[in-house]
Amino acid sequence: MTPVYLWWIGAAGADHGVLDLVRADAEAAFSLPVGHWYGRERPDDAFDPKRQQHSSTRILRWLADRRPGHTDKIVGITDADLFIPILTFVYGEAQLGGAAAVVSTARLAGNGARSGDIVLATRLAKECIHELGHTFGLIHCHQRGCVMGRSVSLAQVDAKDNTLCPDCWTKYRELQQRQEVTHE
Amino acid sequence: MSKERTRILVVDDEEIVRESLSAWLEKDGYTLATAPDGETAVERIKNERWSILLVDLKMPGIDGLQVLEEAKKLQPEAVAVIMTAYATVDTAVAAMKIGAYDYLVKPFDPEELSMMIEKIVAQQALLRENLLLRKVLKREYRFRDLLSKSPVMQKVFDLARTAARSQSTILILGESGTGKELLARAIHLESPRSDQPFVAVSCAALTETLLESELFGHERGAFTGAVNRRKGKFEMAHLGTLFLDEIGDVSPKLQLDLLRVLEERRFFRVGGSEPVSVDVRIIAATNRDLKKAVGDGSFREDLFYRLNVIPIQLPPLRERREDIPLLVDHFLEQLGAEMNKRVEEVSADAMRLLMAHDWSGNVRELRNILERAIVVASGSTIQAGDLGLAPQAAHAHGEHEGLASLDEVERHHIAVVLQETGGNISHAARVLGIDRATLYNKMKRYQLRRGGEEETEATSEADPHGG
Repeated sequence: MTPVYLWWIGAAGADHGVLDLVRADAEAAFSLPVGHWYGRERPDDAFDPKRQQHSSTRILRWLADRRPGHTDKIVGITDADLFIPILTFVYGEAQLGGAAAVVSTARLAGNGARSGDIVLATRLAKECIHELGHTFGLIHCHQRGCVMGRSVSLAQVDAKDNTLCPDCWTKYRELQQRQEVTHE
Repeated sequence: MSKERTRILVVDDEEIVRESLSAWLEKDGYTLATAPDGETAVERIKNERWSILLVDLKMPGIDGLQVLEEAKKLQPEAVAVIMTAYATVDTAVAAMKIGAYDYLVKPFDPEELSMMIEKIVAQQALLRENLLLRKVLKREYRFRDLLSKSPVMQKVFDLARTAARSQSTILILGESGTGKELLARAIHLESPRSDQPFVAVSCAALTETLLESELFGHERGAFTGAVNRRKGKFEMAHLGTLFLDEIGDVSPKLQLDLLRVLEERRFFRVGGSEPVSVDVRIIAATNRDLKKAVGDGSFREDLFYRLNVIPIQLPPLRERREDIPLLVDHFLEQLGAEMNKRVEEVSADAMRLLMAHDWSGNVRELRNILERAIVVASGSTIQAGDLGLAPQAAHAHGEHEGLASLDEVERHHIAVVLQETGGNISHAARVLGIDRATLYNKMKRYQLRRGGEEETEATSEADPHGG
């Protein structure tokens, strides 16, 4: 069983090289098998014509409804620019302690990074791990370099590692164990 | 740690705004709650403590600025940020005038919001740290129930601690309300007699006959109504401490009796023939100038020297104004708990008034003024108007034509208060911020009767303490 799936839900074609790097980093970060999910459907109703952006909250609901039955978490990756109503944009959003997360490449390709290059791939991996961390119940962390640190600018994304700090790792293990006990 | 304590209330009539903003901030570990309108928000601000209020400007019913106004009254320490869809200079100015920390234009830039919240949380953490340090300092400034950081009072505390360990008689001198009885109790508690009784007698509140019986007790049948033998305060204080307050008001006869007890450590009950021996440590206190009283013959010199073994002079509050903020903090906490009403601070204006006041009633007057202010304060901050200081002064002056002396103003004011309270001495003393004994003294001095009217020759013999 694969507990976590990554699903490319962008309008352009998927860059499999980048997605593989994200998958490998996420597996390493959480010590869990992470797989790719391939589906043709796209969350078309998430587009907001007024803001000319996609609602990340609507995408989350869409993803949670379409999550493969045998998986715990699904991370949608898109090239659409995302927003939540109160903010001008978000790099991604996740259901805290829930099943779905979404991350956008739209604003990660700034500051000299181009689509498909390693800088963008690394940023995308960090943001996917970050949002995935939220689905496991982790909140933002103030430890320098921790991937769970709040990042609202590319400089902050670049300053983070692609792993959990020891405190967040311990918290993640505790949350996992608690969930296992609940499932039993 | 600070994040767990940070409670944020999001007030907006749009559900989607409330949800998305609270979900976003929740991931930072803050505790979030939402209110869909101004009315609910005000209700929640009334009932719960908040660190940050994020308030939408335009809402049906009570709008954001009104919520802000209420919040400033109810919880001035909560930081309020106004949210608006359209940025106008007018809005910003209005919000800042009412005391908003800042305003944000919807939709917010995530970096701007994140930085603003972090900055507010950091500032509040500093404030909490400051409060904690103040509490630590307060412990250092404490001698039992007395609190002071003034160098003069610190010397008083040192002397009192040393004196407490001896058996010597102590004479505490100081104006009314400076804490003479508190100091006496503190000395008793610090002394080897601390597990024995502390008995206090106010010598000014009783007539000579009553005081005599009160101090020494009486035998059955000693006087009409003495149906049983009764122990006096000296006996009750055996092995402990007897506090004789207002010792300067004791009659010549009782001065002699007291002198004998102090010399011989034994006395006779009223109507008794058997001497009673006691082991009592005496602490006496007065607001009078005993040396002067000795000089004019109204106080026995030998008794004065018997009492004046270790004199401790308590300074009036106006000579240690640096203690006012410390005492205000202390009383707000103490009275808040007693009165079950949380009032956390006094406004800068109110503090200025308190610092400038004359405090003729000293710490007791300060406590009474704060007690009144807590009752009338509508939020968690006492405003200048809640103190009732300025109007009282204006009233006292307004009643007189031309310029009155301080004595005239005091006499007039006491008369008015006695009149207003229907001659209820306890009530009048509370209003005036002085104790009953002091009020009796002042009534005697100004020749005022219970109802506030002037004593005539026919009534001047009447006992103002009786009844």
